[in-house]
Formats: sequence, structure tokens, C-alpha cells
Amino acid sequence: MGEIRLMMGNEAIAEAAIRAGCDGYFGYPITPQSEVLEYLMAEKPYERTGMVVLQAESEVASINMLYGGGAAGKRVMTTSSSPGISLMQEGISYMAGAEIPCLIANVVRGGPGLGTIQPSQSDYFQATKGGGHGDYYLFVLAPSSVQEMSDFVKLGFEMAFKYRNPVMILSDGVIGQVMEKVELFDPIPRRTEEEIIKECPWATTGKTPNRERNIITSLDLDPIRQEKHVMHLKEKYEKMKEDAMWENIKTDDAEYLIVAYGSSARIGQKTVDLARAEGIKVGLYRPITLYPFPDKELERLSKQVKGILSVEMSLGQLVEDVRLAVHDRVPVEHYGRVGGSIHTPFQVLNALKEKIVNKY
Amino acid sequence: MDVKFESWKEIIKDENIVFKKTKVLTDNVLSYCPGCGHGVAHRLIAETIEEMGIQDQTIGIAPVGCSVLAYEFFDIDMQQAAHGRATALATAIKRLYPNKFVFTYQGDGDLAAIGGNETLHACNRGENIVVIFINNGIYGMTGGQMAPTTLDGMVTSTSPYGRDPQIMGHPIHMTELVAKLPGTYYVTRQSVHKPANVRKAKKAIRKAFENQQQNKGLSFIEIVSNCNSGWKMTPIEANKWMEENMFKVFPLGDIKVEGQIIKEL
Repeated sequence: MGEIRLMMGNEAIAEAAIRAGCDGYFGYPITPQSEVLEYLMAEKPYERTGMVVLQAESEVASINMLYGGGAAGKRVMTTSSSPGISLMQEGISYMAGAEIPCLIANVVRGGPGLGTIQPSQSDYFQATKGGGHGDYYLFVLAPSSVQEMSDFVKLGFEMAFKYRNPVMILSDGVIGQVMEKVELFDPIPRRTEEEIIKECPWATTGKTPNRERNIITSLDLDPIRQEKHVMHLKEKYEKMKEDAMWENIKTDDAEYLIVAYGSSARIGQKTVDLARAEGIKVGLYRPITLYPFPDKELERLSKQVKGILSVEMSLGQLVEDVRLAVHDRVPVEHYGRVGGSIHTPFQVLNALKEKIVNKY
Repeated sequence: MDVKFESWKEIIKDENIVFKKTKVLTDNVLSYCPGCGHGVAHRLIAETIEEMGIQDQTIGIAPVGCSVLAYEFFDIDMQQAAHGRATALATAIKRLYPNKFVFTYQGDGDLAAIGGNETLHACNRGENIVVIFINNGIYGMTGGQMAPTTLDGMVTSTSPYGRDPQIMGHPIHMTELVAKLPGTYYVTRQSVHKPANVRKAKKAIRKAFENQQQNKGLSFIEIVSNCNSGWKMTPIEANKWMEENMFKVFPLGDIKVEGQIIKEL
């Protein structure tokens, strides 16, 4: 059993980064995720593992530092919150194009614009539909506990290098700020330069006489070659579907279904219990990967229920993927508070009754 | 005269060769206009890498601009950066691989306009890298638009009546700016339009890479260059215009040596 600690979600991400053999963290302060950089600076990981920690001059710089480090085969990571993640979109698009592995955590706050510093889930589209310019996707993990904030750092690095693609942990202000018990995984040593060269023969580690030069670029002026490259990316995104993850909670006998991720899934879990106490058989379907969206299992569940309520702290973004998976087989409605407000389990229960149970 | 290849075999022998391409440049044909300074600047960097024997330890960063394809011409590992972000990439690479040599190659639009912030902060942190800054006062690749270093009154496609500083601002002196930052160790302004200048520029580049080898901090080399296509001149006219106009605003010479400013700014 690993070491158990009481930690904030943001601290768990930071500690997990050190333990996951991260080579470099580049970040910029923004509420509600500044504790990640603060924790790392206090922890001196350069003494523990040799990990580099640098406060960049902007999110634009920090994401491009990831480009440089990731393109050289290193395990690199940044964290930010919504406005900062918007600034990073240029670099993320370039990294997706140039196939550079990296890990980005978004501790989402309410928008649009400067919005609020309170939690929200309104960056779902940005995270799962690309976010920057061009045809691309990120591998997106949605933690719903401090435990998963830690675990997904390790998993995120694995996926980033498996697919040579940026991975995003899409968290929110609730999961980032809440304190919970977390079982930390045992530290993984940072890879040696020899191991990096073996694992990443494409990386810019210095052109040794035994190989051709390595070039990392997202540019190809020849449209036929660029088309081939984008089609290669598409194959990669298709293959990612094999790693889709989800969780079913009390769905076996469910007549109604709540679909929710992240902190809304935690709230929805309580709603399930409240509804069942009233005799309404509700289950919860929690997508863990938001891209690839775990649609097959949701499609299967849609065959056994009378209606689905998609719950998220947004005007309705996840609900679009839910509807695509369900193919109009059963009614799908959306409920969620916005702008930094958080729905209570009772509000979700009322919405479930009003929009679904009383109608279908 | 017999120009069949066979006959040249007698002449092209190792003992007869007095000048050849450095092995750190590839055989790809340069994409630059005839008369442009990029080719010479590339060569000087490549020669330096060859002479120092660091081809297998050097990682270069290409910008966005005319030299976006620089990675096609250097036979070393290279990364191509988003517009203006080269020094951010270089920062991470150097910090993650302190024993490797890292340089950026950037134009004026890339380094001084869109990448101004990244440039200033990398210089201010004193990243142990080499920054090569090609300043020709114009956006070449996109077709001759105004750059942050375009001279007052200079005609470009986005200042068709000449740059009016009241409306469009003044040419920015990035090199003087970064010289004032404590993080820079060596700051100089050179050119590559005449053999004597080429030799000086080569020395400066060599010194910059040696500074990096000795962990001295950031070396910043501006090369004032021409853009005969963008300036709409012949190469000879462009070089003359550069001497008469560009050098007045951007005077050549060392500005900061061994961390000390040696010129009144």
C-alpha cells in the first residue's frame, strides 16, 4: 500500500508529478490552481529527483516550454485554469500537429472572459473538440477525486508517450481545492538520457552519427503530404478509443440515468442515493476519458433506461456527446448551474424529476 | 572546353580543395532569395558547430518567417517553434539538457514583435543559450509588410506611404534593450554583407557558443541584414541602402561584453 496523505487536489497533482518521473514543470500562477506551482517550489523536486521547476512569464511561454522539452523527449507538464488554458491553445495545437507528448491540467473556473475564480465545467468543448486551430484532439482525463488527480498524472504521462500526443487532465475548482485522503503511488525514477533516446527515437536529443537528424515541426507546405499527416493523426485518434474509460454506479437495475463527469459526478452520486431513497431507480454513468468519449457503454445503457439527465456546470456541452451516443433512443436533457455556481444534489434531483422522471 | 564530368575528376581532389560546404549544412537547396543574408548567417553557425565538434550535442530552434525552414538546411536536430516562441522552447531544452548546445534563429517580426515578451524574459533570466537575431526591417516571408524594426519613413506593403512614427511607432532596438538586462552576457550587432563583416560575425558567433560552453549566460547576436525582394532593390542596391540607412539606426559593434555594457546606450 502506498503512502496515505490528506491533500488538496492541486497538491496531489504536484506531488504526483514528482513521483511520476516528470522532468520539467513550467507554469504560471492563476486561481484556482496556483497551489501546484507553490507546492513544487516549496518541495524542491530538483533536489529530490532532478526535476526542473520554472515559473514562466506567461501561459504562452509555459506551453511553449513544454513544446521544447517534450520535443526533446522529456516528461513535461504544466497546469493552469481556464483563461490561462485559452492562452495556451496556440502551443497545444502546434504540439498536436508536431506530435509532442506533454501533460496539461486545467483546473477549470467559470467564464467567459475573466469570469470568476469559482469552479465550473464550461471548458468541455475546448478540451474535447481540439481547442486551438486545426483538426486535432487531446486525450482528456476527468478526475472526480483527489485520488484521481494523483493517479491521472501517472496515467496521463503514459498516454502522452503511447500516442505522442498532448494529454489534458480536465479538473475543476472543486477537485483542485478540496482536501481528501489520497494514496500516493510509489515514485518512478526519471528516465536516463539513454532511456529517452530508446523510448523516443524521434526526439531532438542531438544528432549522433548513427542516425539522420530529427526534426520536430508542425509545418508541411505540401498539401498532399500534410493531408497524409492529418490522416495519420486521425488513425491515432481512432486508436485512442481502445483506452476509453468510464465508471458505472448503480446502473444494473437503473430505469433512469444521470451522466456526469468530474465534480458533477460526485454530486450526482449523492443524487442517486436521494432518488433511490424515494424509490426512483437511478444510476450514474461517469465518463472518465472525455476524449475518447466512452460512447459504446453509454449506448448500451441507453437501451435499458427511460430517460437520461446530463449534469454539468455549463450551459450544456457534455450533453451533445451524450445525445450523439444515445442516437435519440431515449430523451436526453441537460441540467447545470453556471458562472461558478455549483448545483446541490437536491437541485439535481429536482431537475431529474421535472425534466425526466415526471415526463417519461 | 571539355566540360564533361569525367575531366573534372582530375581536378576535384582532396588536395586541390581550398573551400567547401561545411558538413553541418545539408545538401538541400536554400529557399532564400539570391542576395539575402540568411545563407551566410546559416553557414557561419554551421561552421562554428563543425569547428567546435558539437554537431551531436546541438539543438537548434527555427522561427516563423523566411527562415521557418531553417531545419531543412542544418544537419542537426532542430525544432520549429510557433511564431515568436523560440526562446521559450530553448529555455526548456537547455534547462532539461544543460550539457547540450541550444540556439534560436529568429527574424525581426518573430523576435521583436510577436515574441517580444519571450525574448525579454529569456534574456532577463539569463538562459544559457545563443540567440541569433536577423534584422532586415521587414516581414519577408509574408510579402514585405512593416516590421517592428522598419525604419522611419520606410515604405512597406503595410506602410505604403512610409512608416509614420506618430501613427506606427518607432523602430524598436531589441539589442540595446536586452543589453540592459542583467541576464545577458554578450550582446553584439553584426552584418554579413562584406567579407570583413562576415569574419567579424563569425567571431561573434563562435564567442557566443563558447560562452554557452562555459555556462556564462545568454549571448545575443543581431545581424543587420538585407531584404532585396522586400525592399524592392537589386542585391547590390540593397546592401548599399543597408549601409547608408540601416546602420545609422542600428550601428554595428559589440554592445555588451562579458556582462559589461561597453557602449553608451
